[in-house]
Amino acid sequence: MSMRTAGLWCSASLGLLLVAFAAPPAGAQETVVGSVHGNASAGKEHYRRFCVGCHGQAGDGQGENAAWISPKPRDFTAAVFECRSTPTGTLPTDEDLYNSVTRGFVTTNMPPWLPLTQQTRVDAIAYIKTFSPRWKTEKPGTPIVIPPETPADIASILRGRDVFQKMQCWQCHGPAGHGDGPASSTLVDSKGDPIRPYNFSTGTRFKCGTTNRDIYRDFMTGLDGTPMPSFADNITPNEAWDLVHFLRTLQPEVKSPELVVWEAWMPTHASELKPLGPDAGQ
Amino acid sequence: MRTKVLSSLALGVLAVAAMGALAAPAAPPAGSITGTVTYTGTPPKMKPIDMAKEPTCAKQHPTPVMTENVVTGPNNSLQYVVVYISAGDQAGPAATATVRYDQKGCEYVPHVAVMEAGQPLEIYNNDQTAHNIHPLAKVNPEWNKSQPPGSPPIQAKYDKPEFIPVKCNIHPWMHGYFVVLGTQNYSVTGNDGTFSLKGLPPGKYTVTAWQEKFGTQSQEVTVTGTGATKADFVFKALPY
Repeated sequence: MSMRTAGLWCSASLGLLLVAFAAPPAGAQETVVGSVHGNASAGKEHYRRFCVGCHGQAGDGQGENAAWISPKPRDFTAAVFECRSTPTGTLPTDEDLYNSVTRGFVTTNMPPWLPLTQQTRVDAIAYIKTFSPRWKTEKPGTPIVIPPETPADIASILRGRDVFQKMQCWQCHGPAGHGDGPASSTLVDSKGDPIRPYNFSTGTRFKCGTTNRDIYRDFMTGLDGTPMPSFADNITPNEAWDLVHFLRTLQPEVKSPELVVWEAWMPTHASELKPLGPDAGQ
Repeated sequence: MRTKVLSSLALGVLAVAAMGALAAPAAPPAGSITGTVTYTGTPPKMKPIDMAKEPTCAKQHPTPVMTENVVTGPNNSLQYVVVYISAGDQAGPAATATVRYDQKGCEYVPHVAVMEAGQPLEIYNNDQTAHNIHPLAKVNPEWNKSQPPGSPPIQAKYDKPEFIPVKCNIHPWMHGYFVVLGTQNYSVTGNDGTFSLKGLPPGKYTVTAWQEKFGTQSQEVTVTGTGATKADFVFKALPY
């Protein structure tokens, strides 16, 4: 009994020692999500257990599973991330990374890591941030401001449809949002690997979340590392909400309020619509 | 009367100013480095670009536009080679002139845009179609912005030296480079392959030539007087 207790004490103090030495590397940014502080050294253990298979020991996305995966696992040494609340070209916030790990990426091999404790996820993020020197020299971008959503009426949906045409979303996503636009077959990500545009007609979730605010964020920040650019310089906040409302009508699987409005309007007005896409004229 | 006094005063001031200008220490004698960039071997053949997917651009080009990865000229000369002082340069005030980069007829003009780190850059869309500017930076932040027809120029700058490939995901044939250097002393070869680096005080310099397919080459050059010192570069061209 006493032997066991001593043993326990030993490992406990060893653990304490380890924790004492496990401070994050000097100069690295602190990782905080809500009230949870991340610890990179603890995160390394979690990373080696849960993430290394795809993202690799060096964090370069060259894990042993990577060869069989498309799209490829994220290369953390580049510190370029798709799902951000921050403008294109800037580092994401800790919360952005946390949300990505938690949510996973639909249409990829990245599962949701919701079963891991909050602390585990935040620790893993702290470790992921050690792979690129950018985290020591740069601060995350300032999250974009998303104003309150405008009413999702038919007028807004129709204005959004015009934005879809004017911004030429159809070049990649196709006139009906099927992911089959003229440029779709040639798209590659920043590493040169083929990548598909989002198909609204089969997708229910989006890569960076499911809500209308998430869609708004997608095109106002761009998905860095992919062909999806930022439209922040070209779309006003009101137009952005209009576009969100229109995009919802391309999702027959999601019975959104926008789709209900659209389906009620369409039977009597379909002939008023100009075609979308390259044939619509500029 | 008063006007006369004033005007003579003004004259006096002007005279003093002129004398000051004359008396200012003369700029140190400056020489230049000139040369020609050529290739040996067989360079890859440039291919015609099919712009049928973008009729608004296709109709601007009566003859097909060729790819520009390796552009050659008479006597085996190489165009779009960036030649610059990579060491020995005197640090001067930062370049403030805006570098202009155009998208015209679904092509990048110029094919290679050179700028000093920190120098302002403006990107224009002159086309009737949307482009997205996607410079694939690795040392600098990678961003990707859409630019529909009629939008204002995109303002950008890069803080660190880097050779950055630029692409448009919508029109995959569009391909160019932002060359961000730590110096203002650079020259891009014309179709005859010649370059000229001017305003160099006597001293030892490292001159580097960069070609997007063939990489970089450097040589030490010593500038002694005010004349032109010759430095030629020869790249070994491989067909692939």
